[in-house]
Amino acid sequence: MTIVQPLLVVGFVLFALLNMASLLIWIERRLLGLWQDRYGPNRIGPWGLGHVLADMIKIFFKEDWTPPFADKTIFVLAPAIIVLTALTSFAVIPFSPDILIVDLDIGILFFLAMSSMGVYSVALAGWASNNKYSLLGGLRASAQMLAYEVFMGLSLMGVVALTGSFSVKEIVAAQENLWFVVTQPVGFLIFAIAGIAETHRVPFDLPEAESELVAGFHSEYSGMKFGMFFVGEYIGVTLISALIVTLFFGGWHGPFLPPLLWFFLKTLLFIAGFVLLRASLPRMRYDQLMTFGWKFMLPLSLLNLMATGAVILIRN
Amino acid sequence: MLKLFASTYDFLEGAFSLLRSMWIVLKHSTAKRVTVLYPEVMPKLAPRWRGRIVLTRDPDGEERCVGCYLCAVACPVDCIALQATEDEHGRRYPEFFRINFSRCIFCGFCEEACPTYAIQLTPDFEMSEYNRQNLVYEKENLLISGTGKYPGYSFYNVAGLAIKNKAKGEAENEAPPVDVRSLLP
Repeated sequence: MTIVQPLLVVGFVLFALLNMASLLIWIERRLLGLWQDRYGPNRIGPWGLGHVLADMIKIFFKEDWTPPFADKTIFVLAPAIIVLTALTSFAVIPFSPDILIVDLDIGILFFLAMSSMGVYSVALAGWASNNKYSLLGGLRASAQMLAYEVFMGLSLMGVVALTGSFSVKEIVAAQENLWFVVTQPVGFLIFAIAGIAETHRVPFDLPEAESELVAGFHSEYSGMKFGMFFVGEYIGVTLISALIVTLFFGGWHGPFLPPLLWFFLKTLLFIAGFVLLRASLPRMRYDQLMTFGWKFMLPLSLLNLMATGAVILIRN
Repeated sequence: MLKLFASTYDFLEGAFSLLRSMWIVLKHSTAKRVTVLYPEVMPKLAPRWRGRIVLTRDPDGEERCVGCYLCAVACPVDCIALQATEDEHGRRYPEFFRINFSRCIFCGFCEEACPTYAIQLTPDFEMSEYNRQNLVYEKENLLISGTGKYPGYSFYNVAGLAIKNKAKGEAENEAPPVDVRSLLP
């Protein structure tokens, strides 16, 4: 029993996540279609759900080509890292009071560390491709991650200070009566923006900006190696959405429905938010992105942390 | 201080414009979708839509094509091939007429070049084939039994040419030929 239950939980989380990642391809295309007055994929199966399967079969049968000028070992390794780090981050996320892989005392720090590791994937992919556009994409990704990682951590410190613990489970438990989005609205906004930059999606998708860098760091990738970047990105989106829910929107808390369902519904809402951002906003210029990060968001998150600390001190 | 106010205003304006564009996009959730679900719903094609090419007949049921080669000359991708010939009354017609639809770009230049309204483009695009060779249409595939877009038109009825059942000067708006050897006015 003691060994079976954790295995079951791990199996469930893996199953849910990998299915979610492939389902997200469909969700994103359908939602983009909806918001652009089209239908999106609707041919195979009910509501076009069979497209998920068709896409998977297609990407598995594509030629998995490694360019002769690439650094082979790193080239193969890079796509694995992004999926690995994104999946590992989920270890600390409580889906419901019972479904939690590991309740680390340093849960938040673990997530921050793992998402920082994710930058290696992109930077190494850009480097190993031995291609100017890829290298530029990798460079952009590393600079962007550095800039946004800093205040991503700082924006969470308000939540941590209010809870008095780094454990994600305790943070969720502390939101039983009042969600942290009410007490930490600035922290939520900063974390959401940093999260979008972290998963490099529109409007912060500079590392793979199609109009200037072909496809950025994954220009040279094809087949399932490219698919890994894709899956990694979607798991990243799910991760950031899940974290926003756990840290600011009460995690599994909610009336009537079972906790797991609440968690999934809230997460889906934020994933839809990611897609809405992609449907409506244009890409930022690179210098704007860096200026915004260092000169505006970093001071703002520091101010937020200071104000939170002051309030806690006064209350005590 | 004034600069701070200005930049704060800029920031708020920018943030508002972002939120506004997101709201506008979100409102499209309830908008009507413009896609026509093609195999189930046929899209509406205009009468002059440039699709499958046909060869038409005149009101008497004879082939309109006189084998002048103008369509083949006008064709930018050289997909039209024909050979002109004559019947015993001197009426020209194509011995064979071949359009390779795997090359055709449906530009309609052949229709514009045709002096007898014989070759016409129709509003039909459903001509996919599994075998490329099946896209080469011969005369019997191209000829239709009707007159197409110009119902009353018959080239030989307006041309001063003598053919079967019609001598010179019997066409519409045509005077009998002048006898140049006669001195009578």
